Amino acid sequence: MSQVPAELRYLKSHEWARLENDGTITIGISDHAQQSLGDLVFVEAPEAGRRVRAGESCAVVESVKAASDVYSPVSGEVVAGNADLGGQPELINSDPYGAGWIMRIRPDDKTQFAAMMDAKAYEAALAAETH
Amino acid sequence: MPFIPHTEADIREMLAAIGASDTEALFEEIPAQFRVRGLDGVPPALSEMEVARLMMDLAARDTRRLNFIGAGAYDHHVPSAVWAIVSRGEFYSAYTPYQAEASQGTLQLLYEYQTMMASLTGMDISNASLYDGASGLAEACLMAVRANRKSKSQRILLPVALNPTYRSVLQAIAGNQSLAFELVPYDQKGGQTIVAALDKYRGQDITAVVIQQPNFFGTLEDVDAVTNWAHDNNALAIGVVNPTALAVTKPPGEWGRKGADIACGDGQPLGVPLSSGGPYFGFMATKSEHVRQMPGRIIGRTVDLDGKPGFTLTLQAREQHIRRSKATSNICTNQGLLVTAATIYMSLLGPHGLAQVAATSMQRTQQLVDALTKVKGVRLAFDRPRFHEAVLLLDRPVAPVLEALAARGIVGGYDISAHYPSLGHGLLVCATETRTVADIETYARALGEVMKSAAAA
Repeated sequence: MSQVPAELRYLKSHEWARLENDGTITIGISDHAQQSLGDLVFVEAPEAGRRVRAGESCAVVESVKAASDVYSPVSGEVVAGNADLGGQPELINSDPYGAGWIMRIRPDDKTQFAAMMDAKAYEAALAAETH
Repeated sequence: MPFIPHTEADIREMLAAIGASDTEALFEEIPAQFRVRGLDGVPPALSEMEVARLMMDLAARDTRRLNFIGAGAYDHHVPSAVWAIVSRGEFYSAYTPYQAEASQGTLQLLYEYQTMMASLTGMDISNASLYDGASGLAEACLMAVRANRKSKSQRILLPVALNPTYRSVLQAIAGNQSLAFELVPYDQKGGQTIVAALDKYRGQDITAVVIQQPNFFGTLEDVDAVTNWAHDNNALAIGVVNPTALAVTKPPGEWGRKGADIACGDGQPLGVPLSSGGPYFGFMATKSEHVRQMPGRIIGRTVDLDGKPGFTLTLQAREQHIRRSKATSNICTNQGLLVTAATIYMSLLGPHGLAQVAATSMQRTQQLVDALTKVKGVRLAFDRPRFHEAVLLLDRPVAPVLEALAARGIVGGYDISAHYPSLGHGLLVCATETRTVADIETYARALGEVMKSAAAA
């Protein structure tokens, strides 16, 4: 069973998001996503300064099995991409909600974050998917 | 694996199973106005006997002419062993095999090819080849757009002295994917790209700068300065190179302070005979940091469950069977047979042999230039150092001169006046190691006669 921290928000496409004190949003992929992908071998995180729209693909995670896009849940400006993933993509496997974060975005508008699924809804979505 | 076509009975049985009346019915959902019912200009099919007769008649029109054309494809000696080995049944396929890992011999050969090309270009990694030099450059430009994440403009600088057919292929492939190409002029005296002309773009968002070594005129470019300019302006440097020339010139991986980012070119000089424009093959090599943006197949060496070495397709997440529309390219194969020839050619010659081919070609071209410029009405266009091609300027239109030479059994060069009208009557000539001193004398004598027989325009 994968971990779904209660304090985070989620997308159906298995991204998680956390609202930071400074108003930025940290985004990564869920424990379920990293388990499904298997050992990650490469992560392409976005460059700081890039403008993204909600629903836009802005990172790529590649495992020994597959490559997948990571979608932004919010529109805004990328404040940082996680540079550590360049040399250590496995951080996403070992610590998907911590050191394995992918990008930090300053949202144009907080309502998009608020509209994301909470942990309970995401768990239900996972249960429906694995059913 | 045998090819077994469906019989009429098979087809009837399959149609009956899905309840379709005939094969046409399978295409009914395509609106009638989009259906092509026959292709204009395509003649009806011929039988094997008729095709054999047609090809023999065409082959009889081939004559042994003395060839002095280069312009992108070069008449080098190919040792007999090359195509004797390539023609073995085990190698005789144009494609990467399906169930690739079952064909360890083919994969090992491609791996050796990649190693040789990486070494020749001075780059970290080579792919298993692309279709040809021109489309390879288009792939390199598209790759640069993906790899240069600091640049948003998709603007790429091209030398006017780049092979003009490459320029038109670039426009056809990449121009329709919203890449914008801007032209950098060449020096009218030396024939080299004017590095100072790049400064017009200083401070602007430029994705990549292309430089060809040697350029279309055969002139050697100041590749160090162009590469450094690109890197000083956050642009990638793309080198288009002649693989034979690499045996005696600085490889792209060592250009400037950091080396070119992508090296590409046409592999034809490496063991592929001239053949009405193809098939040839393209090559591409890059730095490790850009490998995930490189198109095409890459073969890697690994170990199997028992720890024994083996070869495998690697980094496939870039490719379209995994990434679909987000793949680095729609290239999903490579020119396997021609790469096999190139690998055997390079193995037979070795670095020293390839350098000899290059040096002899340079020497022959110099002898050709010396001999032809003695003819009244012929002079050399550019004074900068060159590889194995040179532009001559005639005092009259080139086409009638070439026709008169052809009547004497000589293919006298490539008329570049339509591509470069400002040069006047430009003729691009080439001599490789296959042209003897006697051949060059024959050409010079014939040109002298032709130029004397008709007055200047």
